[in-house]
Parts: sequence; C-alpha cells; structure tokens
Amino acid sequence: MTATGDHAATFALPDTEGTMHEPGGAPATVVVFTCNHCPYALAWHERIVGVARDYADRGVLVLAVNPNDAERYPRDSPEAMRARVECGEFEGVPYLYDQSQSVARAYGAKTTPDVFVLDAGRVLRYRGAPDADHEDPAQNAAFLRGALDAVLDGREPNPVETPPVGCSIKWRA
Amino acid sequence: MRVELLFWDGCPSHPKALAELREAMVDVALDPSTIVVREVETQSEAELERFVGSPTIRIDGVDVQPPGEEPVGLTCRVYHRRDGRISPTPDPADVRDALRAARASTPERR
Repeated sequence: MTATGDHAATFALPDTEGTMHEPGGAPATVVVFTCNHCPYALAWHERIVGVARDYADRGVLVLAVNPNDAERYPRDSPEAMRARVECGEFEGVPYLYDQSQSVARAYGAKTTPDVFVLDAGRVLRYRGAPDADHEDPAQNAAFLRGALDAVLDGREPNPVETPPVGCSIKWRA
Repeated sequence: MRVELLFWDGCPSHPKALAELREAMVDVALDPSTIVVREVETQSEAELERFVGSPTIRIDGVDVQPPGEEPVGLTCRVYHRRDGRISPTPDPADVRDALRAARASTPERR
C-alpha cells in the first residue's frame, strides 16, 4: 500500500491495443483506478478525461487502470474496455488492464474510481476522490485539479488525501 | 402496497437511495415506515432474488426502473437521471411516478 509521501510503485501495463504504459517521465502523473460497470466511475469519467485534456499542454500524464476481476464482472473484460476506447471515451487517456490486480494492490486502491497523483519523482502527492460530489459535474474534478496545480507549482496539495468514493474493487476470489 | 429496497453492502449508494425513497413516499402520501429493506449478501441470494445491482427498489415486486438484460450479480447498479446524468441511485422523480402509478392501480380497502 502506498501512502502520501511514499514513492509509488512503478508498473508496466498494456492498453487496449497491447501497448505498454508506465507512470513517470512527466512533471505529474495521474493513476486513476476505474472500470466500466460502476456508476460512480462512469459519473466521474468525463471530468477525469477533461483533466487529461486540460493539463496535456503542461505535460501531465493520465493513466486509467481497470483492476476488476473480469471473470466475475464481464463488463470489465478487455473486449468491453476496447469497445469504450473505440467509441472515443478515453481521448488522451490510455486505458490499462491490471489483470493480476498487482498494481491495485501495490497502490492500496479501494474503489473505482480511486485517484493517485504522483510528482515527477513518482512520489504520491494526492490520493482520493476526483472531487466532492459525483452527482455534480460543476465540481469539475476540483480535488484532482487542485492537486495537479500544486504539484506543478511545487507546492503541497491541500487536501493531500480524501476518502475514495465508489464501487469496491472486484478482487479475485 | 409493498415497497422494498434491496441492497448489497459492497456498494455505498443504499443510504442515499433509502433517504430519497422515504422522501418520495412522503411526497405521495404513503407511510415511509412501511418500506421493507433487505440486504442481498451472496451471489446465490442475488440469483434467487433476480438482483441486478444495488440499490434495487421494487413496488409490489415491480422494479421502478425495469432492468432489461442486466445480468444478476453483486454490484452497484447504474441508473440514468432524467437529465441524462449517470447515477448510482434512481431519479427521485421516477420513484415518485412509480409509487403514484402503483397506488392508482391498487384497489382501495374498505
């Protein structure tokens, strides 16, 4: 489990085309654990993609990771992930499959979504929800944007952590 | 009229769904204390109940938002609000409409 202030684990995971991605090599990296079947993840999805779009010119890397057990939850299968990508739902955000669930375990992810912001040295600087209310699009991922602004400006995010809100990660039995 | 809320504890949406259901009951002059709340804990229970996700609200056995081809399982349920937003809970307006429709079709007891 990764706590704020710790070095986050590195990883290499495939996107829906098989290209491998890893965190780092950017002034800030967002790792968001998400999935296809959870209403919380879906409600926040466009806000997270909006963050990727709005911070791309500042070099921020956003990686979406699906850690769910696709055998018990077929909607989270690689095929279903690919279908969403092909529909254009992940513009600018590689959608990665954590089949072994080892990345989710290393990060201590609990829900979908669960957001982790890493600085250029891969130190965890923010962890939690994208914003305060999945029902309110006007929140616009304010926690995540605030954390990124702080990291990019060399400041400490405030807050550094919020409780993740969403569906429990579907661990393998 | 039997109003039931079925939930799975792995999904955090049921307290809000229950609060909104209680408000809807009051809005249509029904007694919210009559709501039957039941937890679905296992996959076999989900299959027995035809439970497609948490929360599920049924009025006299009829889902307030028919689930269509949704698979049975222990998961959070995806709802669509009337304004198109995705939500973990049904639109309260849909719940009120379902309650009114069920009440209108229920013969009065004399």
